[in-house]
Amino acid sequence: MKKLNRRSFLKGGLAGGAAIAAVGTSKQAVAGTHNFGGYPDSMGVLVDLTKCVGCRTCEAACNKEQALPTPDKPFDDPSVFEERREGGLPRRTTEKAYTVVQKYDVPGREHPLFRKVQCNHCNEPACLTSCFVNAYKKTPEGAVIYDKTVCVGCRTCMIACPFYIPAYSYSSAINPVVKKCIMCYDTRLKFGRPPACVEACPQEVMTFGKRKDLLKLAHQRISEKPDKYVDQVYGENEVGGTAWLYMSDVPFDKIGYDNHLGTQPIISYVKEFLAMVPMVLTIWPALFTGFHLLSNRKDALKNDDNKS
Amino acid sequence: MNSLKSQGFAPVVSDLKKDGSTWTVKEKIMLGLSPKEYWAVQLRNPFNWLLWAIYAIGLPILVGRFIFGLGWVTHSSYDYPWGLFLGWGLFVMVPLSASGFMMGTTVELFGRKDFKPIERLGLLNGLLGYTFAVMFLQVDLGQPWRLIYPMFVSLGPAAVLFLVAWHVATYLSCQVAELVPAFSEWMGFPKAKKFIKSIVLGLTVAGIILSTLHQGALGALFTYAPGKVHPLWYSSPFQWLHFFVSAVFAGLSMLIVVSTLTKWFMRWRCDENYLNNLSKLTLGLAKGASLALITYLVIKIIGIAHDNNWAYLLTGWGAWFMFEMVVGVILPLIFYTMAVRNSNASLARFAAFMAVFGLALNRLNTALISFNWQLYQELPHWREVVIVVTVYATYIVVYRAVLARMPILYTWKEKK
Ligand code: SF4
Ligand code: SF4
Ligand code: SF4
Repeated sequence: MKKLNRRSFLKGGLAGGAAIAAVGTSKQAVAGTHNFGGYPDSMGVLVDLTKCVGCRTCEAACNKEQALPTPDKPFDDPSVFEERREGGLPRRTTEKAYTVVQKYDVPGREHPLFRKVQCNHCNEPACLTSCFVNAYKKTPEGAVIYDKTVCVGCRTCMIACPFYIPAYSYSSAINPVVKKCIMCYDTRLKFGRPPACVEACPQEVMTFGKRKDLLKLAHQRISEKPDKYVDQVYGENEVGGTAWLYMSDVPFDKIGYDNHLGTQPIISYVKEFLAMVPMVLTIWPALFTGFHLLSNRKDALKNDDNKS
Repeated sequence: MNSLKSQGFAPVVSDLKKDGSTWTVKEKIMLGLSPKEYWAVQLRNPFNWLLWAIYAIGLPILVGRFIFGLGWVTHSSYDYPWGLFLGWGLFVMVPLSASGFMMGTTVELFGRKDFKPIERLGLLNGLLGYTFAVMFLQVDLGQPWRLIYPMFVSLGPAAVLFLVAWHVATYLSCQVAELVPAFSEWMGFPKAKKFIKSIVLGLTVAGIILSTLHQGALGALFTYAPGKVHPLWYSSPFQWLHFFVSAVFAGLSMLIVVSTLTKWFMRWRCDENYLNNLSKLTLGLAKGASLALITYLVIKIIGIAHDNNWAYLLTGWGAWFMFEMVVGVILPLIFYTMAVRNSNASLARFAAFMAVFGLALNRLNTALISFNWQLYQELPHWREVVIVVTVYATYIVVYRAVLARMPILYTWKEKK
């Protein structure tokens, strides 16, 4: 549990920093390159993009399950696929939609490819590690949930999420909160039931199960049909692994997935700085008080010179 | 006021009036003028007209932000959760306010008593800059009344922003303490001053630690977003160092800028000691700033080499990056060096304005312009701009009001 080490070590370091009584905070070393692999029995969802027909049933199911406001266009209206937000990008998750289906016309492919987007429930989520009030929690079941009663609204989690998932209810003046998929934690996952969107899908695009089993299943399917699938399970290693996993017959970078995210969890990029914190806390006081003594000594010597 | 002084007006500089009686606090606040005279002076000043115009437009919009929410004043973008409020108010204001800890260090720690005339200006610049950075933060936070949550209600100590919050808060109290002497002289509480004197070394060392960490932490915040910030402005191992070192020259340069402005516009409030020493001290600051600038330039190049980002220099982003480096770093460095060599304070002042511009450009580039470079560019909403101008105007008003009253630019004459 090196991860816990790092967290508790920081707690010590920072409390020391606050009190400026910074002695002996560097006892525990910063965790090395070890990544938190997620809870061993956490659940996940395997999405087979080749099966999705873009019916948007999952969107409707999520809307109902999460009691979200009725959208402007009904869920059977395919014209939403042509909607473009700024920069010519397809529509994304918003405060009113925790999941959206996007359409990609891939040259050479017979039918367009549809892609369901929602929070990927990372093993070591960037949103969680960046939040300074601990509003996020990764549950042992695998969901990344959010506590709206402590959120201050700094929106660092939105900066940090590599998948651009959290949305924010900017329109609310008194209680704006982060809005994102919570894997139906309160109503279903907690009781071992699959998320609403998974259950509602008529094409059985999504498989709910233990993450480690889903990975096995995915690789098995790929090796059975190597001509059909690209040899990558997106989410297996990306940013340290995610609970939602994807299989595709089109290279992932052609259909809106970022293949440059790397395999390190986002927190590891912050590590250099976090490692430096206890150093500064312990070394600086001695160093600068030393400088002060030295400069005073110079003065003293000067005065002696003047006297003699 | 400058013209008033040339007509023989003598501003408050001690507890005692010319006739031997003491000034009341109210009179001190009125700068030693009668209320009628005071308001007449305020009305005559064309800069005040500009401020009224800003407030006439800005205040209703600022109030509107709290009634209608952030969505009304910003583009409420999910892809760009941070806009001008933080881009300008936090990421630019905080490094420009680094002068506080540096003057404290120079004078109290390294014993450079010759910088005394400008020390308090440096401290005040720090205190006000941080205070208003918090104001900007309050405008930006979705739920500003929860500002203390990260301190006491729900702690996320592993987050970089947690560090920023704690350090800025403790450092603010440090800075308030460091300015207590000026306030106590003005108000006539000698005991407070004495107490601060006894702990000033501790305060200064604390200031250095907290500043190193939170200036660096502001940079480290962006390391949460690798891939979102353009590689030329992003370097995960060096980001905190880049932000920290640039804060050093930014704080010194900003101090030169504000001291120049006081020399131009508030000459009536400066005493001989301040005015006579200013050119020499400006050159001293220039020397420090040029050392920080060369360090910054070198680690910036190391940053690019470390991540092997040379190819990006040939793109449009590279041209923009070079513009920032040449105008904001290399030219000020050259001018500062020339200024120090030829003892040319005016040139140092010019360099300082450029360096401040360069710092602001760097932070805006990192936080806004090069952010999401692979998605699209976002222009701030006009209401957002209006609010930033309004809050910044308030910063200037408060700055000016303190300078006009407390012994920052002049030395308080103690009772014998
Ligand atoms: S996808 Fe984004 S919001 Fe979801 S857990 Fe990962 S970092 Fe957090
Ligand atoms: S917006 Fe809320 S949940 Fe997100 S980082 Fe800030 S406090 Fe945490
Ligand atoms: S898991 Fe639940 S909350 Fe998430 S997209 Fe599916 S239905 Fe919505």
